[in-house]
Amino acid sequence: MIRDITIGQYYPGKSLLHKVDPRMKLILTFAIIIVIFLCKNFFSLGVIAVTAVVASALSKVPAKMILKSLKPIVIILIFTAILNVFYTQGGATWFEWKFIKITEKGVFTAIFTMVRIISLVLISSLLTYTTTPTMLTDALERVLSPLKVFKIKVHTLAMMMTLALRFIPTLIEEIDRIMNAQKARGADLETGGLIERAKALVPIFVPLMVSSFRRAYELAFAMTCRCYTGGEGRTRMKQMKLSLLDFFALFACIAITAGIIVLNHFFTAVI
Amino acid sequence: MDEKIIEFENVTMFYDADDEEGNKAPIPALSNVDFSVEKGEFVAVLGHNGSGKSTLAKLCNAIYEPNSGVVRVKGIVADDDEKADEVRRIVGMVFQNPDNQIVATIVEDDVAFGPENLGVEPSEIRRRVDEALEAVNMYKYRHREPHKLSGGQKQRVAIAGVLAMQTECIVLDEPTAMLDPVGREEVMQTVHRMNKEMGITVVLITHFMDEAVKADRVVVMDSGRVVMQGKPREIFSRVEELRSHGLDVPQSTELCHILGYGEGVLNVDECVEMITEKLGGAR
Repeated sequence: MIRDITIGQYYPGKSLLHKVDPRMKLILTFAIIIVIFLCKNFFSLGVIAVTAVVASALSKVPAKMILKSLKPIVIILIFTAILNVFYTQGGATWFEWKFIKITEKGVFTAIFTMVRIISLVLISSLLTYTTTPTMLTDALERVLSPLKVFKIKVHTLAMMMTLALRFIPTLIEEIDRIMNAQKARGADLETGGLIERAKALVPIFVPLMVSSFRRAYELAFAMTCRCYTGGEGRTRMKQMKLSLLDFFALFACIAITAGIIVLNHFFTAVI
Repeated sequence: MDEKIIEFENVTMFYDADDEEGNKAPIPALSNVDFSVEKGEFVAVLGHNGSGKSTLAKLCNAIYEPNSGVVRVKGIVADDDEKADEVRRIVGMVFQNPDNQIVATIVEDDVAFGPENLGVEPSEIRRRVDEALEAVNMYKYRHREPHKLSGGQKQRVAIAGVLAMQTECIVLDEPTAMLDPVGREEVMQTVHRMNKEMGITVVLITHFMDEAVKADRVVVMDSGRVVMQGKPREIFSRVEELRSHGLDVPQSTELCHILGYGEGVLNVDECVEMITEKLGGAR
């Protein structure tokens, strides 16, 4: 069962969003995230919210899975909402009792912030739902490659990420094996208080570290044997090509941004 | 078949290690080894643990440099990084642990890793990768994640990775040591097919006698020296000598040896034949 783990939260599919070039997806996701923070009133925020919902529908990822990505932020949402309601004051007073005072502006800001955070999480998790980690690292390497000018080793970073992704399942299997081996020797991993349990992990992590170093050493040998000398002079089998769809996605995002700027201009700001 | 692809001349190699008092005490791994491999040959290198056979393998493609003596690969001596790179384009290597030599998260990306490093054209890489995967019968697994494959399959992916680099020679350092019998069989079949059909020179480091039987030539190593060399039939008929080097002989050879039926029997079929003959023909 431990062998079946998948890294990241990729949802295999063939939707339009899956087909968009990963580089374009990466850049557009970042752009939209910035645009989310440009929204100043409910009209422009509405555009973003609708975009997020439409994009989710286009991705054909089941709604259940998408809602799951919102689960971890529920507490943050409630917390920010409460803070905003009580601490932002202004406009008509809707409710007053002793020191608690809820105003129109407070409620609006709370709703506004919540919608903003939800859209943010929705859009960014759509990126990871529709792109495999490998494609994402590849895209990251290509998108960041202009940074080479500043002597930043983009290729090395991307290679490290790829190797990390590659070895996560291997190391999980290894942990499983070591845990079983230690249990067979009478190690007690399940009972005791927090400190005792933490102590019980030492005999698992020490062998894990040792074997990871050995793996790293062997892997370096293997990579040297396959003529790996870094990013210089390397070619890639999988070329990324922009298609019409990518430009369509780009135009859609530009249109959304333009719309938001216009709406910001014509309606009064809430925030 | 007389072109030498790998040539060791009086090679000595030792590892630095500290003895109990903390003094530097070099441990010899190879001493004065002369060894060569001809183009198209299938050479099996046998030896028990610590006989220096792994060191021999790592010298073949310039991972190690000899302390003295010369290692030539097609006449190239890897004395700087550039030449080492050249050597690695001629001699590919497959290691024991399949997990520690697979680099990418998808099978075909891993096979492409070698040619990508060589700077091959993308369309050409694609062609080579498909061919290599077909050659090791892993084509239908090309989109899989390596950690979901069996040991034998992973090892075949590793072999495909070397094939895609189109090296002339492939050195396999105990490729089957961590595999189950089925995986071993798969890998050995692939290696033999590579040698027979593609004409790739194979150096197989192993401690399984049965794998050495089908080689063109067997080299036996003990404490850093080449102690026996010759055709499998010749080597495996010297049962006592092999034993003195800490090695066993294939089971069928051993059976005939114990029965006193003579030497030089290499596989089950020959063994059956020999026994029926000795027992009076009719079976």
